Amino acid sequence: MNRTIAGTEVDVNEEGYLTNMSQWNEQIAAAMATEEGITPLTEAHLKVIQFLREQQSEGVALTIRGLGKSGVVTTKELYDLFPGGPLKKASKIAGIPKPVGCI
Amino acid sequence: MNTDDKHPVRKVLIIVSRGSLDGIYPALIMANGARMEGIEASLFFTFFGLNGLVKSTMDSLKVATVGNSALNMAMPMLGLPITMPFPTVMGAIPGVSAFATHLMNKEMEKLDIPPVREFLEMISDSGGKIFACKLAMDMFKLKKDDLWERVDDVLTVGQFYEHGAGAGSHILFT
Repeated sequence: MNRTIAGTEVDVNEEGYLTNMSQWNEQIAAAMATEEGITPLTEAHLKVIQFLREQQSEGVALTIRGLGKSGVVTTKELYDLFPGGPLKKASKIAGIPKPVGCI
Repeated sequence: MNTDDKHPVRKVLIIVSRGSLDGIYPALIMANGARMEGIEASLFFTFFGLNGLVKSTMDSLKVATVGNSALNMAMPMLGLPITMPFPTVMGAIPGVSAFATHLMNKEMEKLDIPPVREFLEMISDSGGKIFACKLAMDMFKLKKDDLWERVDDVLTVGQFYEHGAGAGSHILFT
Protein backbone atom coordinates (compact mmCIF):
# COMPACT_ATOMS: atom_id res chain seq x y z
CA MET A 1 0.00 0.00 0.00
CA ASN A 2 0.96 3.64 -0.40
CA ARG A 3 1.26 6.38 2.12
CA THR A 4 2.72 9.84 2.19
CA ILE A 5 5.33 10.51 4.84
CA ALA A 6 7.10 13.86 5.15
CA GLY A 7 5.77 14.89 1.74
CA THR A 8 7.06 11.76 -0.02
CA GLU A 9 4.91 8.93 -1.30
CA VAL A 10 6.31 5.55 -0.22
CA ASP A 11 5.28 1.89 -0.33
CA VAL A 12 4.65 0.33 3.06
CA ASN A 13 3.38 -3.01 4.33
CA GLU A 14 0.43 -3.44 6.72
CA GLU A 15 2.68 -2.81 9.72
CA GLY A 16 4.01 0.42 8.28
CA TYR A 17 7.48 -0.83 7.29
CA LEU A 18 8.84 0.53 4.02
CA THR A 19 8.88 -2.19 1.38
CA ASN A 20 11.47 -0.41 -0.76
CA MET A 21 14.41 0.87 1.26
CA SER A 22 15.57 3.12 -1.58
CA GLN A 23 12.49 5.34 -1.04
CA TRP A 24 13.87 6.29 2.39
CA ASN A 25 15.34 9.64 3.36
CA GLU A 26 16.16 11.38 6.64
CA GLN A 27 12.92 13.41 6.62
CA ILE A 28 10.94 10.16 6.40
CA ALA A 29 13.04 8.78 9.25
CA ALA A 30 12.32 11.81 11.42
CA ALA A 31 8.57 11.62 10.72
CA MET A 32 8.47 7.88 11.46
CA ALA A 33 10.49 8.40 14.64
CA THR A 34 7.90 10.93 15.82
CA GLU A 35 5.15 8.37 15.15
CA GLU A 36 7.11 5.87 17.24
CA GLY A 37 7.45 8.36 20.07
CA ILE A 38 11.13 9.06 19.47
CA THR A 39 11.81 12.80 19.32
CA PRO A 40 14.08 14.30 18.34
CA LEU A 41 15.97 11.96 16.07
CA THR A 42 19.59 12.65 17.02
CA GLU A 43 22.95 11.88 15.46
CA ALA A 44 23.20 8.85 17.76
CA HIS A 45 19.93 7.48 16.37
CA LEU A 46 21.02 8.15 12.80
CA LYS A 47 24.31 6.37 13.33
CA VAL A 48 22.42 3.19 14.30
CA ILE A 49 19.95 3.64 11.45
CA GLN A 50 22.68 4.08 8.85
CA PHE A 51 24.45 0.99 10.18
CA LEU A 52 21.23 -1.05 9.97
CA ARG A 53 20.71 0.10 6.38
CA GLU A 54 24.26 -0.88 5.46
CA GLN A 55 23.87 -4.30 7.08
CA GLN A 56 20.54 -4.80 5.33
CA SER A 57 22.05 -3.94 1.93
CA GLU A 58 24.77 -6.50 2.56
CA GLY A 59 22.16 -9.10 3.45
CA VAL A 60 23.34 -9.55 7.06
CA ALA A 61 20.70 -10.86 9.49
CA LEU A 62 20.18 -8.22 12.17
CA THR A 63 20.38 -9.17 15.83
CA ILE A 64 20.70 -7.19 19.05
CA ARG A 65 23.87 -9.15 19.76
CA GLY A 66 25.32 -8.23 16.37
CA LEU A 67 24.56 -4.58 16.93
CA GLY A 68 26.03 -4.65 20.42
CA LYS A 69 29.26 -6.10 19.05
CA SER A 70 29.43 -3.75 16.05
CA GLY A 71 31.05 -0.94 18.00
CA VAL A 72 28.33 1.41 16.69
CA VAL A 73 26.21 1.24 19.82
CA THR A 74 26.16 -0.76 23.06
CA THR A 75 23.14 -2.87 23.97
CA LYS A 76 22.31 -0.46 26.78
CA GLU A 77 22.53 2.60 24.52
CA LEU A 78 20.38 0.86 21.92
CA TYR A 79 17.59 0.27 24.42
CA ASP A 80 17.89 3.86 25.65
CA LEU A 81 17.76 5.29 22.12
CA PHE A 82 14.82 3.19 20.95
CA PRO A 83 12.75 2.32 24.02
CA GLY A 84 10.06 -0.32 23.66
CA GLY A 85 11.44 -2.70 21.05
CA PRO A 86 14.76 -1.30 19.82
CA LEU A 87 15.49 -3.47 16.79
CA LYS A 88 11.92 -3.33 15.49
CA LYS A 89 11.63 0.43 15.94
CA ALA A 90 15.08 1.21 14.59
CA SER A 91 14.41 -0.98 11.54
CA LYS A 92 11.10 0.76 10.88
CA ILE A 93 12.70 4.19 11.09
CA ALA A 94 15.58 2.94 8.92
CA GLY A 95 13.12 1.98 6.18
CA ILE A 96 14.14 -1.68 6.19
CA PRO A 97 12.01 -4.80 6.79
CA LYS A 98 11.01 -5.90 10.28
CA PRO A 99 13.74 -8.20 11.62
CA VAL A 100 12.66 -11.82 11.80
CA GLY A 101 15.24 -13.20 14.27
CA CYS A 102 14.64 -14.07 17.93
CA ILE A 103 17.97 -12.84 19.31
CA MET B 1 0.89 -6.74 15.17
CA ASN B 2 -1.65 -9.56 15.34
CA THR B 3 -2.06 -9.56 19.11
CA ASP B 4 -5.05 -8.23 20.99
CA ASP B 5 -3.99 -4.63 21.52
CA LYS B 6 -6.29 -4.21 24.52
CA HIS B 7 -4.50 -6.86 26.57
CA PRO B 8 -0.85 -6.90 25.57
CA VAL B 9 1.76 -8.84 27.50
CA ARG B 10 3.53 -6.10 29.45
CA LYS B 11 5.76 -8.07 31.73
CA VAL B 12 7.09 -11.61 31.96
CA LEU B 13 8.61 -13.20 35.03
CA ILE B 14 10.43 -16.39 34.18
CA ILE B 15 11.33 -18.93 36.85
CA VAL B 16 14.43 -20.97 36.01
CA SER B 17 14.45 -24.17 38.04
CA ARG B 18 16.81 -26.37 36.03
CA GLY B 19 20.56 -25.96 35.82
CA SER B 20 21.61 -27.83 32.70
CA LEU B 21 22.50 -25.88 29.58
CA ASP B 22 19.26 -27.01 27.95
CA GLY B 23 17.40 -26.16 31.14
CA ILE B 24 18.60 -22.57 31.23
CA TYR B 25 18.73 -21.40 27.60
CA PRO B 26 15.00 -21.37 26.83
CA ALA B 27 14.43 -18.94 29.70
CA LEU B 28 17.25 -16.65 28.53
CA ILE B 29 15.89 -16.64 24.99
CA MET B 30 12.36 -15.87 26.16
CA ALA B 31 13.55 -13.07 28.46
CA ASN B 32 15.75 -11.46 25.83
CA GLY B 33 12.99 -11.84 23.24
CA ALA B 34 10.59 -10.08 25.60
CA ARG B 35 12.93 -7.12 26.01
CA MET B 36 13.30 -6.93 22.22
CA GLU B 37 9.52 -6.50 22.02
CA GLY B 38 9.49 -3.82 24.67
CA ILE B 39 8.12 -6.21 27.30
CA GLU B 40 9.54 -6.01 30.83
CA ALA B 41 11.41 -9.19 31.75
CA SER B 42 12.69 -10.70 34.98
CA LEU B 43 14.43 -14.00 35.58
CA PHE B 44 14.15 -15.77 38.92
CA PHE B 45 16.76 -18.51 39.35
CA THR B 46 15.78 -21.15 41.87
CA PHE B 47 16.87 -24.67 42.87
CA PHE B 48 19.29 -26.11 40.31
CA GLY B 49 18.67 -23.14 38.06
CA LEU B 50 21.11 -21.24 40.31
CA ASN B 51 23.87 -23.17 38.54
CA GLY B 52 23.48 -20.55 35.81
CA LEU B 53 24.24 -17.68 38.20
CA VAL B 54 27.10 -19.13 40.23
CA LYS B 55 30.32 -17.47 39.04
CA SER B 56 32.33 -20.66 39.15
CA THR B 57 29.80 -22.83 37.25
CA MET B 58 27.94 -20.55 34.86
CA ASP B 59 30.53 -20.82 32.07
CA SER B 60 30.58 -24.62 32.03
CA LEU B 61 26.95 -25.72 31.98
CA LYS B 62 26.33 -29.06 30.30
CA VAL B 63 23.59 -30.62 28.21
CA ALA B 64 21.81 -33.36 30.16
CA THR B 65 22.45 -36.61 28.31
CA VAL B 66 21.03 -38.99 30.93
CA GLY B 67 17.27 -39.25 31.30
CA ASN B 68 16.74 -37.04 28.27
CA SER B 69 14.58 -39.20 26.01
CA ALA B 70 14.42 -36.48 23.35
CA LEU B 71 18.15 -36.49 22.58
CA ASN B 72 17.32 -37.89 19.14
CA MET B 73 16.57 -34.23 18.37
CA ALA B 74 20.32 -33.59 18.38
CA MET B 75 21.09 -36.31 15.82
CA PRO B 76 20.82 -33.98 12.80
CA MET B 77 23.75 -32.01 14.31
CA LEU B 78 25.81 -35.13 13.54
CA GLY B 79 24.26 -35.57 10.12
CA LEU B 80 22.10 -38.45 11.40
CA PRO B 81 18.30 -38.79 11.14
CA ILE B 82 16.20 -37.16 13.87
CA THR B 83 14.44 -40.49 14.40
CA MET B 84 17.64 -42.23 15.57
CA PRO B 85 17.25 -43.05 19.27
CA PHE B 86 19.92 -42.15 21.82
CA PRO B 87 19.92 -44.78 24.61
CA THR B 88 20.10 -43.05 27.97
CA VAL B 89 22.81 -45.48 29.14
CA MET B 90 25.13 -44.01 26.48
CA GLY B 91 24.59 -40.61 28.02
CA ALA B 92 26.34 -41.82 31.14
CA ILE B 93 29.60 -42.59 29.31
CA PRO B 94 32.31 -40.07 30.30
CA GLY B 95 32.70 -37.33 27.72
CA VAL B 96 29.31 -37.81 26.09
CA SER B 97 27.69 -34.90 27.90
CA ALA B 98 30.72 -32.71 27.12
CA PHE B 99 30.51 -33.70 23.47
CA ALA B 100 26.77 -33.01 23.26
CA THR B 101 27.41 -29.66 24.95
CA HIS B 102 30.13 -28.82 22.45
CA LEU B 103 27.79 -29.67 19.55
CA MET B 104 24.97 -27.58 20.93
CA ASN B 105 27.21 -24.60 21.70
CA LYS B 106 28.52 -24.69 18.16
CA GLU B 107 25.02 -24.73 16.66
CA MET B 108 23.91 -21.92 18.93
CA GLU B 109 26.89 -19.75 18.04
CA LYS B 110 25.92 -20.15 14.37
CA LEU B 111 22.50 -18.74 15.26
CA ASP B 112 24.13 -15.82 17.11
CA ILE B 113 22.97 -17.14 20.50
CA PRO B 114 25.61 -15.99 23.01
CA PRO B 115 27.14 -18.03 25.84
CA VAL B 116 25.25 -17.89 29.17
CA ARG B 117 27.31 -15.11 30.79
CA GLU B 118 27.18 -12.87 27.73
CA PHE B 119 23.47 -13.61 27.32
CA LEU B 120 22.79 -12.56 30.91
CA GLU B 121 24.81 -9.37 30.30
CA MET B 122 22.67 -8.64 27.24
CA ILE B 123 19.46 -9.13 29.20
CA SER B 124 20.74 -7.00 32.06
CA ASP B 125 21.92 -4.25 29.66
CA SER B 126 18.48 -4.27 28.07
CA GLY B 127 16.90 -3.47 31.44
CA GLY B 128 15.88 -7.04 32.31
CA LYS B 129 16.21 -8.05 35.96
CA ILE B 130 18.10 -11.07 37.27
CA PHE B 131 17.08 -12.48 40.64
CA ALA B 132 18.23 -15.41 42.77
CA CYS B 133 15.91 -17.35 45.10
CA LYS B 134 16.79 -16.87 48.76
CA LEU B 135 15.54 -20.27 49.90
CA ALA B 136 17.53 -22.10 47.21
CA MET B 137 20.60 -20.01 48.10
CA ASP B 138 20.28 -21.11 51.73
CA MET B 139 19.74 -24.72 50.73
CA PHE B 140 22.83 -24.83 48.51
CA LYS B 141 24.93 -22.86 51.04
CA LEU B 142 25.45 -20.02 48.61
CA LYS B 143 26.35 -16.42 49.45
CA LYS B 144 25.65 -13.37 47.29
CA ASP B 145 29.42 -13.24 46.64
CA ASP B 146 29.24 -16.65 44.95
CA LEU B 147 26.89 -15.23 42.33
CA TRP B 148 27.56 -13.33 39.13
CA GLU B 149 28.21 -9.66 40.07
CA ARG B 150 25.28 -8.31 38.10
CA VAL B 151 22.54 -10.26 39.89
CA ASP B 152 20.03 -7.54 40.86
CA ASP B 153 18.89 -9.08 44.12
CA VAL B 154 18.29 -12.19 46.20
CA LEU B 155 14.54 -12.42 46.76
CA THR B 156 12.12 -14.47 48.80
CA VAL B 157 9.22 -16.04 46.92
CA GLY B 158 6.92 -13.39 48.36
CA GLN B 159 9.13 -10.54 47.18
CA PHE B 160 9.27 -12.12 43.74
CA TYR B 161 5.48 -12.20 43.51
CA GLU B 162 5.30 -8.59 44.71
CA HIS B 163 7.71 -7.68 41.95
CA GLY B 164 5.38 -9.44 39.50
CA ALA B 165 2.32 -7.33 40.33
CA GLY B 166 0.50 -5.43 37.60
CA ALA B 167 -1.90 -5.84 34.68
CA GLY B 168 -0.46 -7.73 31.73
CA SER B 169 2.07 -9.52 33.93
CA HIS B 170 2.75 -13.19 33.28
CA ILE B 171 4.71 -15.77 35.24
CA LEU B 172 6.34 -18.66 33.41
CA PHE B 173 7.94 -21.69 35.03
CA THR B 174 10.75 -23.45 33.19
